[in-house]
Amino acid sequence: MVNSKLIIALIPLLPLFGFLLISLFVNRISKSLASVIASGSVLISFLLAVITFIQLIGLPVDQRVIQVDLFNWISVVDFSAKISFLIDPLSSLMLLIITGVGFLIHVYSIGYMHDDAGSNRFFSYLNLFVFFMLLLVMGSNYLLMFVGWEGVGLCSYLLIGFWFKNKEYTHAANKAFIMNRIGDLGLIVGVILIFIHFGSIEYSSVLDSVLKQGGSEILTLITILLFVGAMGKSAQIPLYTWLPDAMAGPTPVSALIHAATMVTAGIYMVARNNILYTLSPISLNLVLIVGLITALFAATIALTQNDIKKVLAYSTVSQLGLMFVALGVGAYSTGIFHMTTHAFFKALLFLAAGSVIHGMQGEQDIRNMGGLRKYLPITFFVFLVGVLAISGIPPFAGFFSKDEILAKAFEHSPVVYGFALLTSLLTVFYMFRLLFLTFFGGTRATEEVKHHIHESPKSMTIPLIALAILSLVGGWIGIPEALGGSNQVGGFLDPVFASSQVLLSEQALSHSTEIILMSVVVVLTLVLMGIAYSIYVSKNTIPQKENSILSPFHTLLYNKYFIDDLYDSVIVKPLKKTAKVFYRLIEKSGIDFMVNTVGNSIVNGSKFARLLQAGDIAFYIFAMVIGIIVLIATGGLTR
Amino acid sequence: MITAFLIFWPLVASVLVFAFHSYAKPIALTASIIELVVSIVAAVNFIPDSSTQYSINYSWIQSAGINFHVGIDGISLLLVLLTTFLIPFIILSSFSTNYKNPSVFYGLILLMQMALVGVFVSLDGFLFYLFWEMALIPVYFICLIWGGEGRGVITLKFFIYTLAGSLLMLIALVYLYFQTPGQHSFDIQQLYAAGKLLPVREQGILFWAFFIAFAIKMPVFPFHTWQPDTYNVAPVQGTMLLSAIMLKMGIYGVIRWLIPMVPYGVQTWGESAIVLSVVGIVYASCIALVQKDFKRLLAYSSIAHVGLISGGIFTLSKIGMQGAMIQMLSHGLIVFALFYLVDIIVARTKTKVIKQLGGIRSQAPIFTTIFLIVMLGSIALPFTSGFVGEFLLINSLVKYQLGLGIAAGLTTILGAVYMLRAFQKSMLGDTGENTSSFMDLTTQEKLVLYPMVVLILVIGIYPTPFLKISEAAVNNLLTIVTNYLALVK
Repeated sequence: MVNSKLIIALIPLLPLFGFLLISLFVNRISKSLASVIASGSVLISFLLAVITFIQLIGLPVDQRVIQVDLFNWISVVDFSAKISFLIDPLSSLMLLIITGVGFLIHVYSIGYMHDDAGSNRFFSYLNLFVFFMLLLVMGSNYLLMFVGWEGVGLCSYLLIGFWFKNKEYTHAANKAFIMNRIGDLGLIVGVILIFIHFGSIEYSSVLDSVLKQGGSEILTLITILLFVGAMGKSAQIPLYTWLPDAMAGPTPVSALIHAATMVTAGIYMVARNNILYTLSPISLNLVLIVGLITALFAATIALTQNDIKKVLAYSTVSQLGLMFVALGVGAYSTGIFHMTTHAFFKALLFLAAGSVIHGMQGEQDIRNMGGLRKYLPITFFVFLVGVLAISGIPPFAGFFSKDEILAKAFEHSPVVYGFALLTSLLTVFYMFRLLFLTFFGGTRATEEVKHHIHESPKSMTIPLIALAILSLVGGWIGIPEALGGSNQVGGFLDPVFASSQVLLSEQALSHSTEIILMSVVVVLTLVLMGIAYSIYVSKNTIPQKENSILSPFHTLLYNKYFIDDLYDSVIVKPLKKTAKVFYRLIEKSGIDFMVNTVGNSIVNGSKFARLLQAGDIAFYIFAMVIGIIVLIATGGLTR
Repeated sequence: MITAFLIFWPLVASVLVFAFHSYAKPIALTASIIELVVSIVAAVNFIPDSSTQYSINYSWIQSAGINFHVGIDGISLLLVLLTTFLIPFIILSSFSTNYKNPSVFYGLILLMQMALVGVFVSLDGFLFYLFWEMALIPVYFICLIWGGEGRGVITLKFFIYTLAGSLLMLIALVYLYFQTPGQHSFDIQQLYAAGKLLPVREQGILFWAFFIAFAIKMPVFPFHTWQPDTYNVAPVQGTMLLSAIMLKMGIYGVIRWLIPMVPYGVQTWGESAIVLSVVGIVYASCIALVQKDFKRLLAYSSIAHVGLISGGIFTLSKIGMQGAMIQMLSHGLIVFALFYLVDIIVARTKTKVIKQLGGIRSQAPIFTTIFLIVMLGSIALPFTSGFVGEFLLINSLVKYQLGLGIAAGLTTILGAVYMLRAFQKSMLGDTGENTSSFMDLTTQEKLVLYPMVVLILVIGIYPTPFLKISEAAVNNLLTIVTNYLALVK
């Protein structure tokens, strides 16, 4: 066991060493060395994660928990937070995703960032991110999760504002950090309340006490506060607006942080605390409602966006919403399953989009693209795979996970099912719109750009192909029984969610109902593909309404429901105004004025003060030194 | 004897500085390093229990019951270490500036050190008061002589304001002194005993007398208005002395004197003090949002941070008190580094208006990285020292009352808003005319800043040894208070 503990401890530490090594010698090592250190450390972490996974499944199902204690971090009286890692099916799966997808994105970045002067810095941040992300999912207690939680937020901030000369980018970075901080306050207060009420912050003992005590008002409060944290990190209403702006970062960052890993931290957190949520129906319903509204809301915005990355960003917000829907109906393993497949196909889509942007000299507006499949055949092919996967075309990965969400939603209530179905249909439409406008039809790029369009180097296309394969086969770990599978991922995660499953005692759909539902979805999906095709491809020109804005509803969508403006006028401006009132009125004309008035009367009435002001300073100092000595001396004499 | 050395060695050193004024800089630096080494020896030999160690009790003015009673327990030790650690760096940080009358300048810093150490080790009410007032004088002159524009009026206000507060404390001390039995005594234990015997009403009055004195020093809202101006006008070493060390006198006063002396008064009025502190956190954070001047921004940010410390202490919980101890250390390091960094900016660009900066990152990557790490400490990112203290303090406030805890927690959001904004406007973006030839850190500046950054991270990652120093003393202090309060009921 000693060896396996060392292996587990090394998984997060290797990327940390990578970060330290690169950042300490940032100007002294070559670009290629930095990229080898960065990718290599994550690759070794991945291999260690695989070893850990194999060890874990070698254990009997009910004993699949390995804990590694390193040292006591903060301890004050009865409060103690350890630096210790917990490996169970949930964290083990997360490890594989983070290090696996993370490694592919590191490799991709070698090509993508090749010409950037700051690429060493880029790789050091990327490694730091992987370290904190691993800490987040491996920590055996709430505070360590919080450390990872804030740490990934920091890396996200650093990477969104990576091109720091651009004011818009650094502004987006600030926005991301601050919005996350709002969520983080909820999270940390939730953690504190957990400590106050359960006397510990270790998952194992908290979950035990919760199971013993059952639901309570305070548990509802705690779970809501924790969920506020998730709203921030996983970009749910009302704290989602930072994520679309976060696209300012280099595209590999969008793929790794803002699609595959960091933004799923909220999903992980709720899943990790499934027992708490199961015992707090109000909070669980909140998760469901927020997820549902966000999923639909973001999907409608995605319909009208013209920036290739923005479409994907809103799509991510929407897909995260769907994952929360799964969690909210108590289908925790389904949420994690979709998170897994989403990590594959969304990372793929972003990286493919990056390849497009790379090939188009930085162009991101799909109105200026079109017909790119001729120029970028590999990118086109993998992008197509990604679109098929997210749209839920069998047998691609998204089909199985999305279908499972829809089935669980149907079990829960037809209304939830209706909303979820609508969201997934909108997804089909905007993704095919994106695909068609980018890769089909005639090329709308300028002659000069057209001349330079080129397929990306191998370091970029190989990770793309790897992710494309994952986006195809990734769903096969969760083939439902209705289709003759055995849902292996669900079974693997079962021990983590066992107590919740007992409490929720869900009633499974009959296989025939499930197959009917599937067929309905697939047929509707194909219909929408057809509609998108007829709008965007069969007419050879770009549809008029993509350029000009037609209906008020379209205006509303195009401007993202004016939410940013709303926040600006409801929160930002009033806060500034309050601050100014505090400063000018209360501080200057109020408190300080009073102090000065009192002070002046003392000054005027006191000669003592005048003496101080007019005296010979050196003399005073001298007198003071002498005075002290004399005081001490006389003290000694009078004794 | 080690305690006496820690107090009087700076005095000797200041005499030496005055005597050999052409060697003022090296003498001052060497002397402060010797002081640091001795204090580390004291810390290494310190037994981490609740007892007072290295004590000296030497009858001084016998007829008045005044003793030269000093000693070090865990609470004192942390603050002594903070003082002895920072002073050499404060001295070193001034080496690039050529102040006129250097011997007076360094002599005053050393005198200041004597008074500060004295405050943190005094176990006699009169002695404490003496050192307390003595600390005011050197820093007053430092600000007055080497300060910036408008220093006359501003430093006078600072002087009179804090002096007025101290007078309240003196009156309260003397009142308590006359409550002591027999011949009367200023000994701390006698004062504790006398205070505890008083009825709640009188304890309440004494509470306010002490609290206002300490609140002005920290400063806590609404007694803070001297602070932004003074920090702004003082030479950076003055600001460092004031913000990194001297304000801890106020916090220390609450822990060492106020709480054990009139616990019933604290229990009765503690809530008001907490509310004032929390109001101050939100208020000062909001004001920091609209500051255009970098130094003022830091000044208001410091008020917010200190408000959190003060609020946590008055919850009378061990978590809050330990949080306050570690946060005092952390705040000292961070605020020292921040003011120094901003001073470097002012020296190179001749402006402290945030908007007139920008693009320093492209010119000075090391400077910016250091600034970033210190800023992260200031906004309490986990694994920096700022997080440990802030987490424990917010924890204590949430336990005290959820609403107050959340209000205090707003500092984590607002702090991020104003610090990131300032960072963006000054460090990122394109270089402007003021920053186009911004030089990166010199060796001397690195020597000052690197140790701070290392400590900020070390305390953040492994705070246990620091928490252990004060743990037993804090436990003991609060146990006595809790037992007394249980008895009174």
